[in-house]
Amino acid sequence: MVKYLGKRIFYIVLTLFIVSTITFFLMKFMPGTPLTNQAKLTPGQIHQIYKQYGLDKPVWQQYLVYLAGVVHGNFGISFQFSNQAVSYLIGSRMGPSLIIGGQGMVLGVLVGLVVGSLGAVKANTWIDTTATIVSILFVSIPSFVLAVLLQYYLGLKLRWFPIADWGGFMYTVLPTLALAASPLAETARFMRTEMVDVLSSDYIELAKAKGLGKVGIIYHHALRNSLIPIITIIGPLTVNIMTGSMVVENIFSVPGIGEQFVKSVLTNDYPTIMGLTIVYCAMLCVVLLITDILYGLIDPRIRLSGNNN
Amino acid sequence: MENENNVLEVRNLKINFNTYAGTVKAIRDVSFDLRKGETLAIVGESGSGKTVTTRSIMGLNSPNAVIDSGTIMFKNQDLLKKNRKEMDAIRGNDIAEIFQDPMTSLDPTMKIGKQIAEPLIIHKGMKREKAYAQALEMMKLVGIENAEQRINNYPHQFSGGMRQRIVIAIALVNYPEILIADEPTTALDVTIQAQILDLMKELQAKTNTSIIFITHDLGVVAGMADRVAVMYAGKIVEYGTVDEIFYNPKHPYTWGLLNSMPTMDTTGTELPSIPGTPPDLLDPPKGDAFAARNKYALEIDTKQEPPFFKVSDTHYAATWLLDPRAPKMTPPEQIIERQKHYAKLTHKAIDEHKDKHVEEQEEQL
Repeated sequence: MVKYLGKRIFYIVLTLFIVSTITFFLMKFMPGTPLTNQAKLTPGQIHQIYKQYGLDKPVWQQYLVYLAGVVHGNFGISFQFSNQAVSYLIGSRMGPSLIIGGQGMVLGVLVGLVVGSLGAVKANTWIDTTATIVSILFVSIPSFVLAVLLQYYLGLKLRWFPIADWGGFMYTVLPTLALAASPLAETARFMRTEMVDVLSSDYIELAKAKGLGKVGIIYHHALRNSLIPIITIIGPLTVNIMTGSMVVENIFSVPGIGEQFVKSVLTNDYPTIMGLTIVYCAMLCVVLLITDILYGLIDPRIRLSGNNN
Repeated sequence: MENENNVLEVRNLKINFNTYAGTVKAIRDVSFDLRKGETLAIVGESGSGKTVTTRSIMGLNSPNAVIDSGTIMFKNQDLLKKNRKEMDAIRGNDIAEIFQDPMTSLDPTMKIGKQIAEPLIIHKGMKREKAYAQALEMMKLVGIENAEQRINNYPHQFSGGMRQRIVIAIALVNYPEILIADEPTTALDVTIQAQILDLMKELQAKTNTSIIFITHDLGVVAGMADRVAVMYAGKIVEYGTVDEIFYNPKHPYTWGLLNSMPTMDTTGTELPSIPGTPPDLLDPPKGDAFAARNKYALEIDTKQEPPFFKVSDTHYAATWLLDPRAPKMTPPEQIIERQKHYAKLTHKAIDEHKDKHVEEQEEQL
């Protein structure tokens, strides 16, 4: 297990290195500079600023300096946001993103599991049809449309929740709902298909022959076996949440990294963009690692041999 | 119950399946008894209704199955009248089942100890430790070595034969009165098959369980069963003791089945088979369902269904050939050989011929 983890962590570091390299050079090829919109600066001033940030050096030198910084957890100084360190900028904005992202993920997956299981157990009834329609709707509606609808109905009309801004649990509800829709729908669809499959399998038949009741069969045998493929989609769902959060955080003015990312891209703030890309990438890698460990916990057939006996 | 030796009495069972194409008459008037401690083999080709019959005993037929008529009496109660909860209490406790494919009939994510202990926890309300202790006993009984360690293993850590032993342990852990074995050895290779059959016989002797043994493998029947019922197109066409069916068969379908089983004496290049295919049960033919494939068919076979004719106290066959008015027919050569053998057998002492017959069947296998 330790050996396996070590190997995985090595690969994660390698991935992060490749991603930061690609991002760095992509950024250099992008047209425009952080100062493109600052029309009032004279060429001399611009040169002065370039020198201050090291942008006058050759690209390969900038790359090495940058890489050396990253290894030490230093992503540089933001060009745009009052000269703050990027690592501080990200750190201070991590909280809200993790809260709404985590809540959205947990809510979406849990409700999705319930909806999917219900659809499978009551297959081909009105419950199943309703569950399917709900999942199709939630998959098709982009999160930003849903976000606006939520703001309008639950925020403006019913006044249950604040429309935007940040400050306590009530502020997290609408962004969480907007983010939860997509994982909910995906999980429900996968769970239904899988559960229908599992419920028609031989070992469920044997469980019935044992005299186990309906609830017992689902709880003891069907659920766990249906969960195995669901773990597979947790990775892609995390990506959904991350990309969703960029838009959703903007709509609800959540001071998170998604909102920061969009702002940085719009202003060519190189260090921040790169820092955030690496952070996003690292989060995804960690989620994928957790997924693989979960596999082993749920399915004994995938458990690592060293862990057995 | 009509006879106190019977543990199960199935009477006039008719089951239909509602499908998009129409109503499939899967079971068309089936009656049989199961005696205490005996093994009743139900043989017949695929789709003849063997499994549907036993499924209805378990109350596990698919939702589109409709019981048209009939009773299944067990302990003086009609199983067909029981609701799902009442059946849950019987399944796995009084009546248990072994399935065909051991590779898929165990839950891949549950330790086998728990799977064996489950029926005890459900039906006897046992505590975990006690149920596991009993599960361990059961594992030893079905011949799983190192049971103490193996109890915490998962199904994928066992071979096919071992898994079928586990399935048997699950079925027998509550010492049921009836064990339904639905082709329990079909998915296993021949040597493992023999081991599992021996195990079942051994356990039956210990527990006095009655077994309904479903198979299409007549070779297995000979070594396993006390009595045999031959099913064709949703009906039992002939039933009798294993000797009567093997050595004095009366129904042309039984002849066909026996002829298509290769023996040590089988010569020639082609294995005999029954021509044609079973009838469409969406619209069963008038008269004897086997008539179209039967070269011994009489005219009346296409008009009227044959009733059961008595051959002996234990042997009945539904064929017009047994009617006193029927013309004399010569059965296939092989069957005549079998009947000669039967004539010899019946003259010898009963226990002697049983031994001999078992030996011979083993040779054939």
